Amino acid sequence: MTTIEIPTLAATREAIGPTLIRLQQEGHNIVVVDADLGKSTSARKFRDEFPDRFFTFGIAEQNMVSAAAGFAVMGHVTFATTFAVFAEHAFDQLRMSVAQPNLNVKIIASHGGVSTGEDGASAQSIEDIAIFSSLPNFNVCVPADVVEAEAIIEAAATTAGPFYVRTARPKTPVIYTDGPRFELGKADQLRDGSDVTIVASGLLVERSLRAAEALAAEGIEARVLNMATIRPLDTAALEAAATDTGAIVVAEEHLTHTGLGAMAAQALALSNPVPMEFVGLNRYGESATWSEALELMGLTTDGVADATRKVVARK
Amino acid sequence: MTLATQTPADIAELTRRVRRHVVQMVYGAKSGHIGGSLSATDLMSVLYGKFLKHDPENPLWHERDRFIMSKGHCTPVQYALLAELGYFPTDELSTFRKKGTRLQGHSTVGKPPGVDNTAGSLGMGLSFGLGLRMAQRLQGLEDSRVWVLMGDGEQDEGQVWEAAMAASHHKASGLFAVIDRNGIQNDDFTKTTMSSEPLDEKYRSFGWHVLSDLDGHDLPAIEQAYNWALDQRDGPVCLIFDTVKGKGVSFMEHNPSFHGAPPSDEEFKIAMAELADA
Repeated sequence: MTTIEIPTLAATREAIGPTLIRLQQEGHNIVVVDADLGKSTSARKFRDEFPDRFFTFGIAEQNMVSAAAGFAVMGHVTFATTFAVFAEHAFDQLRMSVAQPNLNVKIIASHGGVSTGEDGASAQSIEDIAIFSSLPNFNVCVPADVVEAEAIIEAAATTAGPFYVRTARPKTPVIYTDGPRFELGKADQLRDGSDVTIVASGLLVERSLRAAEALAAEGIEARVLNMATIRPLDTAALEAAATDTGAIVVAEEHLTHTGLGAMAAQALALSNPVPMEFVGLNRYGESATWSEALELMGLTTDGVADATRKVVARK
Repeated sequence: MTLATQTPADIAELTRRVRRHVVQMVYGAKSGHIGGSLSATDLMSVLYGKFLKHDPENPLWHERDRFIMSKGHCTPVQYALLAELGYFPTDELSTFRKKGTRLQGHSTVGKPPGVDNTAGSLGMGLSFGLGLRMAQRLQGLEDSRVWVLMGDGEQDEGQVWEAAMAASHHKASGLFAVIDRNGIQNDDFTKTTMSSEPLDEKYRSFGWHVLSDLDGHDLPAIEQAYNWALDQRDGPVCLIFDTVKGKGVSFMEHNPSFHGAPPSDEEFKIAMAELADA
């Protein structure tokens, strides 16, 4: 079931408030805790519907995360919302209060990646996937569009254990216009091809699809996998991609040495090593519009296409 | 279930047995935190023995009071109490910190049954307890309560004050912060490492009901303080007890060397003799 009327353009963060409202209406015993960013994350919409289940902790993420653990042990599906960079602020609380006791705390972050844009480097989380993936017991997901964001938030509510969901600030094209296909821990194949596989997450999924279309005109047929679940990683889909296509590009809005690409490379090193290329970040960003910020870093359709040509040449 | 039928003599005898267990556990493990366990023994024995709503036969009873051991290195005193109160056999105390044990070095929720939080990294227990208390209230469990034990060194952590501010903001009655002010932290005396005084004025200015300068080894005084705390109905309560680190073993008292180090063979013998049945 979906709440959101499927638009052509939307920010993944826009799914947060409406989805939490629906899930509580359906009886999922939800509590939302917030650190003074509910307007930006859209979580405050939940407060308007369920004021007794929404608690603000002020600008104090460490306290918010440990308190969320307290709500969780009392049986509540507890969603903690803030910006991705400020979720990073509470690392030890995420580790000891949430991950070690394996509690039902769901960190739903907005403003992930350099596409946060004008606010500059301090507001652009490019380490969050590494941080949350480093914590045993955490599920880590990055939706490719607002439709998938809703499906991921629902999966977080209905699957026991800690979750990190990274959403983004800008309005971007909707991919799943026919409804979500998200399954936790499973890659979604959006396009098939025999020459190479592009494994993408978040905003890079749509750009990878465009790159694949451009490459088809040159005679390179690319499979495109939306790897919306980073942890647990769908290693079977990666192995099949390596076997079937013999080369892999990973495209993500994150540091390449600690993100999806690094984790995919480790998985393939154990099973079926093939040539790989990585489209991502290797430095902090800067102020610009969201699309310029991505362009500065080479996180573009052309950037993905170039990496794909390069890896095909290495086969 | 409460153990409110415990007489003062019962509680005094409980504290003696707990102290013996603490010394034996740390000696047996050749590691562990003895000083802060002995300083908290009287506070915790009165709490578990006479105030805490809990049931050793049903450790996950939803409506129980929660005891949050925020100073999570002081597991010996909590394990000793839980065993004495029937959560598990006292024989198991000898497995403390050893391979395969349920008695982990620092607090780990559910290991053994009766441990309600994971701790070790200081400063998180008050936040966790606050969330628990807010959830109890959301569920209408007004008669359940949350007790959080912190050290005075732990007050260095900024998160404690985030929680202190939020507890007052959310008018978290039924949340009790109990501070074991033994004056010593890992490296040295707290006044040398990082003075947190005046603690009472700090909590009061954060909007808490505060009782301070309490004698943390006077069993009737401890009981009186807990009764006072239960009478405060309109906000969080902080009880600051002055205690002696290493209390009950002469050469450990006020001695920073016994924060996290085990006694030698000779020291162990002397300690056990001092804690022997009168």
